[in-house]
Amino acid sequence: MANWVPLWLHRLGSPPVFYRFAGAVRPWALGLALVLGLVALYGGLFIAPADYQQGDAYRIIFIHVPSAWMSLFIYGAMAVAAFIGLVWRIKIAEVVAMESAPVGAAFTFITLVTGSLWGKPMWGTWWTWDARLTSELVLLFIYLGVIGLYHSFEDRRQGARAASFLVLVGAVNVPIVHFSVNWWNTLHQGSTVRLLGPSHIEASMLWPLLTMMAATKLYYIASLFARVRADLIASEGGKGWVRDLLAGPTGNDPA
Amino acid sequence: MSQVLAMGAYGFYVWTAVAVFFIVLLIDTLAPLARRRRNLRELRARIARQENRRRPGTSPSNESNP
Repeated sequence: MANWVPLWLHRLGSPPVFYRFAGAVRPWALGLALVLGLVALYGGLFIAPADYQQGDAYRIIFIHVPSAWMSLFIYGAMAVAAFIGLVWRIKIAEVVAMESAPVGAAFTFITLVTGSLWGKPMWGTWWTWDARLTSELVLLFIYLGVIGLYHSFEDRRQGARAASFLVLVGAVNVPIVHFSVNWWNTLHQGSTVRLLGPSHIEASMLWPLLTMMAATKLYYIASLFARVRADLIASEGGKGWVRDLLAGPTGNDPA
Repeated sequence: MSQVLAMGAYGFYVWTAVAVFFIVLLIDTLAPLARRRRNLRELRARIARQENRRRPGTSPSNESNP
């Protein structure tokens, strides 16, 4: 690896550097996410043909599946950050892990609600205690547990450490969610898009799906960075760099 | 156009899903911005209190510096 990569990561571990970096990246990530998301929805809702079995109801896939991917992806990112935070006590890693949880919970909530809206016309029920649905609901409860545990401590870092343990323990649920459609006999359909082997989907339906996947990834970066910045103001409030921020020329709303 | 928006007979389900997606993410976008502004305001108030305490006749040692 080139020498500047670890050097850059090391510098990014410093809260003021990360704060500025996040502030610079956030608007671009959010703007690009919005553009890609609208393009993907246009392609999914208006350009892609209707499904031969499900008619137009299948179009919920363009929201439901990218959200479900994000509910698992964010958990993975959160678990890596929690592990780094626990082992090396890097403050930024702890904050990234803790501030990932609300975004993950939001996507898990969207997954459950849109799945329900898809299940009613296709399966005839809003909800069933099926392996995939139940494990995704457990995922939401784990996210909420992480958020609650983090905020239940007077000392933020102590809370982050306790909640990071919960993140690592709860990680067992991630493969259960992913493989639940293979391991158990379930009402939920299997994977449509596969990394290994051919996907069971037409190109006109695949591109909006993948575009939405990119949009939700960028959205996660934007939302995470906004949350980390808010968190750092409070947790680093006594430090000189935050005081300088307040005293700066744009003292009213420092960038 | 209205036929396209009707999504077969599934318009309600499709458009509700789209609405849920945007509403949840809109709240998720705005909440941290408001939290950051609130944190900045509270910090500014805390610094102002500490400045007041530093007036002559007051020992600086009772100043809390978390």
